[in-house]
Amino acid sequence: MIESLIESGSSYSGDIDFLFTLITVIVGIWFIISEVVLFYFLFRYRKRDGVKAEYLSGEKKSHKKWISIPHWLIIACDIVLIVGAVQVWHHIKQKMPPAEETIRIIAQQWAWTFVHPGKDGLLDTDDDITIVDELHLKENTTYHYELSSRDVLHCFSIPIFRLKQDTIPGRKISGWFRPTTTGVHDVQCAEMCGAGHGLMPAILTIHTEEEYAEWLENQTPNLDPDPLKNEQFRGKEIGELAAD
Amino acid sequence: MADTATKTEEAHSDHHDDHHHDQSFWSKYVFSTDHKVIGMQYMLTGVAMALIGGFMSYVFRMQLAFPDESVPFFGRVSSLEYNALVTNHGTIMIFWVAMPILIAAFGNFLIPLMCGCDDMVFPRINRLSYQVFLLSAVVLVISFFVPGGGFGGAWTAYPPLSANAEYSLTPMGSTLWILAVALEFVAFLMGGINFITTAMNARAKGMRMFDIPLVVWMIVIASILFMISVGPLIAGAIMLLLDQLVGTAFFNPFRGGDPILWQHLFWFFGHPEVYVVLLPALGIVGEIIPTFARKKFFGYKLALYTVFATGILSFVVWAHHQFIAGVDPRMVHLFTVTTLLISIPIAELCFLYIATLYGGSISFKTPMLWALAFVVEFLIGGVTGIHLGASGADIYMHDTYFVVAHFHYTFFPIAIIGFYAGITFWFPKWTGCMLNEFWGKVHFWLTIIPFNCIFIPLFILGMGGQHRRIYNHQHFSELATPEYQNLRIFATVSLIVMLLAQVIFFVNIILSLRKGKKAGKNPWKANTLEWTTESPPGHGNFKELPEVYRGPYEYSVPGRKEDYWPQDQKE
Amino acid sequence: MSFQIPIATSRNLTGVPTGRLGVWWIVASEIVIFGGLLAAFLMYRLHHGDEWAKEAGKTNIWCGSINTFVLLTSSYFVVLAHKAAGENKLQEAYKYIWWTIAGGGIFMCVKFYEYTSKIFPEWYYTQQIIEEKGIESITITTSVFWAFYFTATGIHGVHVLGGMVIMAIIAHDAKKGKFLHRVENIGIYWHFVDLVWIFLFPLFYIASGL
Repeated sequence: MIESLIESGSSYSGDIDFLFTLITVIVGIWFIISEVVLFYFLFRYRKRDGVKAEYLSGEKKSHKKWISIPHWLIIACDIVLIVGAVQVWHHIKQKMPPAEETIRIIAQQWAWTFVHPGKDGLLDTDDDITIVDELHLKENTTYHYELSSRDVLHCFSIPIFRLKQDTIPGRKISGWFRPTTTGVHDVQCAEMCGAGHGLMPAILTIHTEEEYAEWLENQTPNLDPDPLKNEQFRGKEIGELAAD
Repeated sequence: MADTATKTEEAHSDHHDDHHHDQSFWSKYVFSTDHKVIGMQYMLTGVAMALIGGFMSYVFRMQLAFPDESVPFFGRVSSLEYNALVTNHGTIMIFWVAMPILIAAFGNFLIPLMCGCDDMVFPRINRLSYQVFLLSAVVLVISFFVPGGGFGGAWTAYPPLSANAEYSLTPMGSTLWILAVALEFVAFLMGGINFITTAMNARAKGMRMFDIPLVVWMIVIASILFMISVGPLIAGAIMLLLDQLVGTAFFNPFRGGDPILWQHLFWFFGHPEVYVVLLPALGIVGEIIPTFARKKFFGYKLALYTVFATGILSFVVWAHHQFIAGVDPRMVHLFTVTTLLISIPIAELCFLYIATLYGGSISFKTPMLWALAFVVEFLIGGVTGIHLGASGADIYMHDTYFVVAHFHYTFFPIAIIGFYAGITFWFPKWTGCMLNEFWGKVHFWLTIIPFNCIFIPLFILGMGGQHRRIYNHQHFSELATPEYQNLRIFATVSLIVMLLAQVIFFVNIILSLRKGKKAGKNPWKANTLEWTTESPPGHGNFKELPEVYRGPYEYSVPGRKEDYWPQDQKE
Repeated sequence: MSFQIPIATSRNLTGVPTGRLGVWWIVASEIVIFGGLLAAFLMYRLHHGDEWAKEAGKTNIWCGSINTFVLLTSSYFVVLAHKAAGENKLQEAYKYIWWTIAGGGIFMCVKFYEYTSKIFPEWYYTQQIIEEKGIESITITTSVFWAFYFTATGIHGVHVLGGMVIMAIIAHDAKKGKFLHRVENIGIYWHFVDLVWIFLFPLFYIASGL
């Protein structure tokens, strides 16, 4: 269902889409049955002259079975859904496949700083490439990310990867993804972070292997881990936002 | 000691009805201790706040549909203003509309009447509770107009954003906001004293535990849930206020605090809070459906047990709001299980409501339409909750418009449909006049259809990855497509239609008050005690305090000529 | 404004007088408020271990012990007051309530000393001693431990003060034989205030070695 609205772009986005569809089908069946029964009753038992309502307490065993049978069926459905949810969660958030590259993501009001490992594939070396609001990845590569925040909570969200993870100031949070497509996509902040929350889009570009190498060639390594003059940057934004 | 108190009160009650005739306007309507007046005060304050909250939704929906254009009656919306609007829309609709109307207004009006007593047991605490509530509403409204503007850190107020003015840019707004919320909690704790003690101690003679009407049960259980869950958040609110004003670092990660603590305190309250407002609405619907289906409630005790189960489970599901907030990923499994488990009692409760219709003789009066709409719409809200409670799917769905659509499909039936169901049902009792059926039905359809037109598009937008609290989605290439923009415009237009349709309701009320048919004691031929007294009930509610002989839902009992059997009739 | 107590108030289906039910409700809601605060404290405390143990070592355990003793004694007096009121010995009940208030008063005086000696050490020590021992002024913003300390004991102190005021009013009425059932109700409240302190004392004062 989701993939018809937005491209599926990571190794696990298909899992989430499948889980979503599974849930929709299961709860959809329940929903349709309930509504059909409800509307049937409304039609069948509408007020008619001379017809008196029945007197049923619903406490008898023969009545209770209409509740207890659905009760067990719902439990069965819940178990299916729990197994599905737990598997997907475990795959995405708990089990980290070995990293081929690691990137560092720093959130702040209201920008993303992405530290790419550069040619040597390692962070904290001289050839790290630090860019604001632009993330460059290569296709079919397993990435680990290190998330942190300079000020408030943010949420690192890439819709085509079906990935969301809050950032917390003072903590480093790790996770992984593996792009399976190419192209230019959105990075969002999905946690309220103040006046500029709506102004935190970043551009994600996923390259093929060769394109990435080419892109890397044209970058000058940026050694400064904090390229934003923090105060200056914020001052500009606040000035714009509060202008109205 | 208690004996002496009882004696003096009995002496009072002898000439109870002679008093309170020549009261001034102030003591009769403003500083009254009468539960019906206090209920009405809560109701009117709640409706006034709903109008403010509704106006806010109009402004920010206009901004979303027509980004950065001037909104009629408001002007251009800056992103700070947008944040303040969505934040306060949420806060108002939950704390100043759903809570006062469903719990306080209906609780105040119904509990003494349905329990067959003359007032709440602590009328002066009741009055104080309303006054504190009114104060909290005033503080909140003031917070929109202070320098810096209203608080814009979302209704969940996650620190550090909410704790530090340098991040939120609203130094006074955020302080007044948290202060208003804390005051509101205190007001409802005081109100809760009355609801629970009145229902426990002051029921009419002969009314056993399982003779209590569902709505009273539900409001009492809701008050208990509220009391147990709100304590930690009151402590949290004090800590947040100290962080803001004194400079402590409870939630400041750079000085030894932890922002996640607030999320736990907030959601430990925030999730049960959903049930706090849901239960009274379910109770109201539970009164209306048997009355208009002329049926005994199907499985009254079972319904109560499912509610108890829901209440208990609701305390162990809170972290499903924090799946991706950086909590321990192993803990998430536990909360997925509890969250999906809570679907069981709630689904059963819905089945009981549907089963009550079986074999009935259903007449579609306006209150019944609202009650049925509640069940139909709430089911949508309920089933979409599963998508979000399942941890794996929530990784993607979290904080998208899917969430927004989901909880509006729960909260709109609760707060708005529940309110209209209750008010159309008890309006004759409250005022003595019948509402106009025709205009009532017009209003119903003009509310329900646009409501679905607002929120079904939002499900689609959410599935497409549109995230919440973004004042202009045009900044995001994947969300700026014309198809999506058309959906946003469609939702906004539907909202405007729905808001305008509410005028019909107010006009209907005014006309019915002037020219409406006299209601008489029992216009719906219902069983519960409030229908045995005058409409509107006088001071002291009953001429003679009633005695109860049976349960509240004895409709269509075989062998009786009448198809209803009031609780207070001996034979 | 003339106010008439409704019949509802005198009804008594559960066998517990409504006034007492009301007080239990208030106590229950207070328990969850303090419960939330203390649970939050405990989470931090277990997380920070040694660092906070060192801070906890700076609390004045003597003041805490004296206050525990004073508060427990005052709770005993409120029991005596309840007993006297039950037997309709008005003068005696009046006396014991005031003994309880006196207990609260001593508690608050000790608390005053404790707070001021933390915030303004120069009031109690000469400059020389302060420099020798390296005593520093400690306030609510010093660290999160002290934020919890001042918040929790401060809120508790407000409850003690509030209880004292209400007791003075009840004592005034009790002397005239009015509202005697309120003596028991304030007793329940006072025991609760006592109970909170029984939690605060070990958590903030004794458990420095955790």
